[in-house]
Amino acid sequence: MRVGVGLPTGIAGTDGQLVIEWARRVDAGPFSSLGVIDRLVYGNYEPLTVLAAAAAVTQRVLLATTIVIGPLHNNALLAKVAASIDALSGGRLVLGLAVGARKEDYDAAGVDYRTRGKRLTEQLATLRSLWEEGSLSPKTARARGPELLIGGLSDQGFARVARYADGYVHGGGPPKAFARAADKARAAWCDAGRPGRPQLWAQGYFALGNDDIEEAGAHYLRDYYAFTGPFAERIAAGLLTSPQAIAQFMRGYEEAGCDELVLFPTVPDIAQLDQMADILRGLGRDFNYTTD
Amino acid sequence: MKIIILGAGPAGLYAGLLIKKASPSHDITIIERNAADVTYGWGVVFSDRTLASFQRADYRSYEQITNRFVIWDAIDVHYREAIIRCGGHVIASIARKDLLNILQRRCKEVGINLVFKQEIQDLADLGSYDLLIAADGVNSIVRKIYANHFKSRVEPGKARYIWLGAQKVLDAFTFIFRENEHGLFQVHAYPSSGTTSTFIVECDEATWLNAGLDSANEEQSLAYCHQLFAKDLGGAPLLSNNSRWINFPTLKTESWHYQNIVLLGDAVHTAHFSIGSGTKLAMEDAIALATALERQPNLEDALNEYELERKPVVEIFQKAAQVSQEYFETIKRYLGLEPMQFTFQLLTRSGRISYDDLRLRDPRFGDAVDRWFGQQAGKRRTSFAPPPMFTPIELRTLTLANRIVSSPGAQETCEQDGTANDEYLTRIKNCGLSGAGLVMSGPVAVSAEGRITPTCAGMYDTRHITAWAKIVRAIHDKTTAKIAIQLNHAGRRGATRSRAEGLDRPLRQGSWPLISASALPYTPHSQVPREMSRSDREIVHNDFVRAASIAERAGVDLLQLNFAHGYLLASFLSPLTNLRCDEYGGDLEGRMRFPLEVFDAVRDVWPSNKPLSVALSVTDYARGGTGVEDAVIFARLLKKHGCDILEVKAGQTTIESEPAYGRGFLTQLSEQVRNEANIPTMVGGYLTTSNEVNTILAAGRADLCIMDIPLRNG
Repeated sequence: MRVGVGLPTGIAGTDGQLVIEWARRVDAGPFSSLGVIDRLVYGNYEPLTVLAAAAAVTQRVLLATTIVIGPLHNNALLAKVAASIDALSGGRLVLGLAVGARKEDYDAAGVDYRTRGKRLTEQLATLRSLWEEGSLSPKTARARGPELLIGGLSDQGFARVARYADGYVHGGGPPKAFARAADKARAAWCDAGRPGRPQLWAQGYFALGNDDIEEAGAHYLRDYYAFTGPFAERIAAGLLTSPQAIAQFMRGYEEAGCDELVLFPTVPDIAQLDQMADILRGLGRDFNYTTD
Repeated sequence: MKIIILGAGPAGLYAGLLIKKASPSHDITIIERNAADVTYGWGVVFSDRTLASFQRADYRSYEQITNRFVIWDAIDVHYREAIIRCGGHVIASIARKDLLNILQRRCKEVGINLVFKQEIQDLADLGSYDLLIAADGVNSIVRKIYANHFKSRVEPGKARYIWLGAQKVLDAFTFIFRENEHGLFQVHAYPSSGTTSTFIVECDEATWLNAGLDSANEEQSLAYCHQLFAKDLGGAPLLSNNSRWINFPTLKTESWHYQNIVLLGDAVHTAHFSIGSGTKLAMEDAIALATALERQPNLEDALNEYELERKPVVEIFQKAAQVSQEYFETIKRYLGLEPMQFTFQLLTRSGRISYDDLRLRDPRFGDAVDRWFGQQAGKRRTSFAPPPMFTPIELRTLTLANRIVSSPGAQETCEQDGTANDEYLTRIKNCGLSGAGLVMSGPVAVSAEGRITPTCAGMYDTRHITAWAKIVRAIHDKTTAKIAIQLNHAGRRGATRSRAEGLDRPLRQGSWPLISASALPYTPHSQVPREMSRSDREIVHNDFVRAASIAERAGVDLLQLNFAHGYLLASFLSPLTNLRCDEYGGDLEGRMRFPLEVFDAVRDVWPSNKPLSVALSVTDYARGGTGVEDAVIFARLLKKHGCDILEVKAGQTTIESEPAYGRGFLTQLSEQVRNEANIPTMVGGYLTTSNEVNTILAAGRADLCIMDIPLRNG
């Protein structure tokens, strides 16, 4: 299992320069990818714009969206933006797409929330072809275009993974929840007769330091996930706050067959990144990754 | 805090007790419409895990409850003339009356005000309160008053049941199945008080009506049951307590609390009695509510925490209960099973108990299952037998060493002319080396036009004979496996790129015209196929016959025809993809006609000593599509025409027909088709452990299992 780290761009109030510096340091660290998350009606950065900036200051790490809310985007434009980032980054983009969970994001974008599943399906059916044809985007670094992941927990979601994508990206939770989702993704993949196996990505949240930092992290999660109602508290309770918790979390995910685990910060402080790098090195996960 | 609890059942009493214990300053009143000593029901069961939580929550009542316990570890199944026993389950029960007495006493001890015989119709009668706990049962008045906020749904079960007692001591949880001229009745009976037992009688609606029980009074119902189960009761009288025949109502509630009102136990959820968890869930609710109130200073937070804690747990039990309930509602399907298999199927019905679990609980039962399985398969009695998955199986004159099927899946790396090359051979041989009894190829095209991709394996040219003969030799010489080839015509799913690039992506160049039952493209981007003409049918018919004779000359052991996943022959079967107006469309008989003609033609040329199989999507998983009932009809017909084993698949008829994927997602379908159509089946659906396979085989859910070795390690 490879381990990546998220950018703090999902935390409202994060300074732009911190984002750039964060990306730069990740490239030098023991991480294999840089992740971004998406929502519209919130004080976060637009994820694909962030990855374009990150592409400029990194050489090595994969640039992953876990996820982008696909149906909010026009298909041709999304294909072009993603192809551009792929070309700019030398083929490092991993495009994770999902329908998201917030109706207000759809309302703000003027997109009918009820049609989100259908829209994602159409999007998935066209993106790959648009990249391969190359008629409306720069030539992607890889002939097939960026790697495509799909998120979500609906039954149709797993069928989409097997039909259109290269893998599945899980939304978070304890390793057991990931294991169940991973089984579904693999079952769909086998049933579709796809060769090999689906790439399985997952994510978690961390806050490292004293009680105040942990509380700040939990506070962010409660706020970010407020739309889930009482469930936000449970998500906050899953915050990883110690090397021990991170070690066990990683082991749980690794045993469930995760290929890449992206750990997201909940406090916009560069010290969080440095501490996470130290923990990974301490756990013997300090080898250099390549993008092959 | 002033707390009013409505309902003095186990949930209400236990919640009051635990809340008062944690904060003695609370002013708690429990209001019950019945008298203190009136109770319905006979005994309630608990597992050891529940008891551990009682021990932590209130030791004194735990002690008194366990003192009153009847504890046993066996389950007996009375079926046909046999009684099959399985031990090691550890179940405890207590008379509901005793449980209530203990809890009432404890409530009084800690200073709770208990009010009996007070019926509440209007919540205004309750006066003021800070918290109202509604533990007033499945017909909760509180839930009904705030129905818009709680949003609950009640679904009545299809079967009828009556809750009785028996003046008889039992030493096991006892299932009894008795058939008479009216239909099938089953009994769920278990020890309750030490002198009496709980005795629940259940039957389907038709049986109930046939027996005239709809118009029978309590006394007549009792007499009927007493006569029916005379042998099992050994003359012991049946007891009744206002008992009536009802349909079990399954209650699910969206919101468990509203403002300062919270629902508890049966007032918020029910789960079919056959998994015996109603009282357990109710009392666990009480523990969770008391804990949340103690932990959270803010009432809203506490009620949120309670709901969050309990809802997922309850949903898991309701899901298991639903499976169990459906099992008993469709029990007729299993009456063809022999007693041992019937029992194993019954014990593993909800999916929570597996072959390994039963073996651990009762090794002798595990051995007996293995022996029975080996005996019915080998038609001879032995003292020792391997687990079901290593039991040989005979299909016509073919003997497979075990029940595991291994498949390399769709291999798309052959030569452009359809010749299987060395890479193909290596991968298929590796499946044989895995230890599986049977190697099943991916789809092999019966003609160049029938290929899925340009580099699919084919069986349509004399050149192919040599390549296949080489593969068959490699399997026979180097492995213990036999080899099966799946013949396929891609139909409207043809002329696509490799699956590595995604599913059903049409070729950019070098495509060929496609045919299907009707002129409907598979995806919006796919080529529109030609509706098959009479000469198309003749060609396809001859292609399958030619492929079968090539397979025979190459020495293939088992042949399978692909009628699944929306390929050519499947396109005839589904009304979603077959819009024909001729005799090959229309009703099921018309839609089955062409696939059946192909089957008959292949059966004619395929040696009569060799088995022939069909892979079938037994449901389209799509509105307006075929369902399992259609598949059962077709499977019966196939069996009559000489089909030896059916591979159960599902979906992929159209791109919208998607199964709910997960571990063993085809098992339930296989079980239904196998037992209703009485045909051997093989099933995959992402099975990766021997435990899953042994459970499926021993329960009679399939006869062969396709294993997907864990993909994690490549």
